Amino acid sequence: MDTPEKFNANDSAPNNTLITTDGIGIRNSMDEIAPCCSNENDNCLAAHEKPGYLLCSYVKRLINTKLGPVPVIKAELGKDDIFSTFYVRCGIRRHRYTVSPGLYAIGNPDADSEVLVTANFKLTFDMLRKELDGINAWILVLDTKGVNVWCAAGKGTFSTRELVKRITDNHLEKIVNHKRVIVPQLGATGVSARDVKKQSRFRVIYGPVRASDIRAFLKNDKKAEKQMRQVTFTMYERFILTPVEIQTILKPALITALVLLLLAGIGPGIFLFSSALQRGGVSILALAAGIFAGAFVTSVLLPFLPSRKFALKGIIAGSIVALIPILFAASAVNGLAGYLALFLFSVTISSYLAMNFTGATPFTSPSGVEKEMKQYIPVQLASLVTSFGLWIYSAF
Amino acid sequence: MKELRYLDDVSSLVLDKDKCIGCGLCTEVCPHSVFEMQHQKAHLVDFNACMECGACVTNCPTDAIMVNPGVG
Repeated sequence: MDTPEKFNANDSAPNNTLITTDGIGIRNSMDEIAPCCSNENDNCLAAHEKPGYLLCSYVKRLINTKLGPVPVIKAELGKDDIFSTFYVRCGIRRHRYTVSPGLYAIGNPDADSEVLVTANFKLTFDMLRKELDGINAWILVLDTKGVNVWCAAGKGTFSTRELVKRITDNHLEKIVNHKRVIVPQLGATGVSARDVKKQSRFRVIYGPVRASDIRAFLKNDKKAEKQMRQVTFTMYERFILTPVEIQTILKPALITALVLLLLAGIGPGIFLFSSALQRGGVSILALAAGIFAGAFVTSVLLPFLPSRKFALKGIIAGSIVALIPILFAASAVNGLAGYLALFLFSVTISSYLAMNFTGATPFTSPSGVEKEMKQYIPVQLASLVTSFGLWIYSAF
Repeated sequence: MKELRYLDDVSSLVLDKDKCIGCGLCTEVCPHSVFEMQHQKAHLVDFNACMECGACVTNCPTDAIMVNPGVG
């Protein structure tokens, strides 16, 4: 690299200063690639262009380490990141939303800086980096196949093996002169601190559950307060999950809607188009009400609905929301049987989807879910069959 | 998570106090503060908050904790 003395005009670049002791100059071992880089000049990124490769938009610049250039990422999210977050939250392309695993940097880390471990789901990566403005650290991204830390830890991709592999492959011992990595607490399900130490000599320090607490955690001498150790499930946290809940059942819901339309044509005599439209329409409305009650209302109002059983919460939410299709049913349905069929249909769907939501919450135990399913799936099935029977009966 | 609790008496969590060496790692990794250290030993202070995530089991150095969530 050029000697900085030649570039007196650019001397504002802080990383090019020599530390001199008794006439011996010690260069910072982690100098930036080029003197111009300190001013986020795009030209120096151009020096790293390779045919067929594109630098990711979240890379600010590159720094040189003993092991080659390491991308320094931005702490602020760009428009692209925010739009993509929105799409992914809606369930669009969320299974292919990844960053490359490996070593990254944020700020101006040196050999004493901490190493923060995370997953390669871009949503996770973004949530971490936006909390790191002004912090100098290394970020070690594990290959979790685009899954968040907790789910990946449960599925075994955020694991002891993967962490040890990344520590070894990236020669972390040559990047930092300490032997510790900060692993998000929720990664503990898949990571054994003892085994990591045994296999890599690096000590695992469990960081806070939420990236938003990292700053406080680092300030607090890497000690997490009790509230940093506990998961939450606030109304906002529940709300943000609902689009994906609805999106994942969209396909079966559309198929059901088609079946309902065909079913509605059954009546005395021949297949009646007007009847199909009227009765079909109102039964689809009942389907939509059930989905809305189970996948949205139950999730958002979770702590306010009585009972701890999700299936029962869904029945309660469904019973209220089911009044909507019933109000619209007057012209299409004659007799109590039709109303009852619609009501049972909405409530059953709501109950089932509410129970399904246990998979997305951070506090339900698999043993509890199993108990609940054994109890409520027969009830839901019986209710669905009854609803079907009443619906057919009401047509004649 | 005081306002959101799941079913009581369902968790398969078992703590063997004789095996516990009091390292306290379970109190660090548990996301629901199920454990607390008392007299150099881990104690189950909120058994019903357990969601069987297994973080304590994976990190216990003496296999003093067990959880068997089955298929879920």
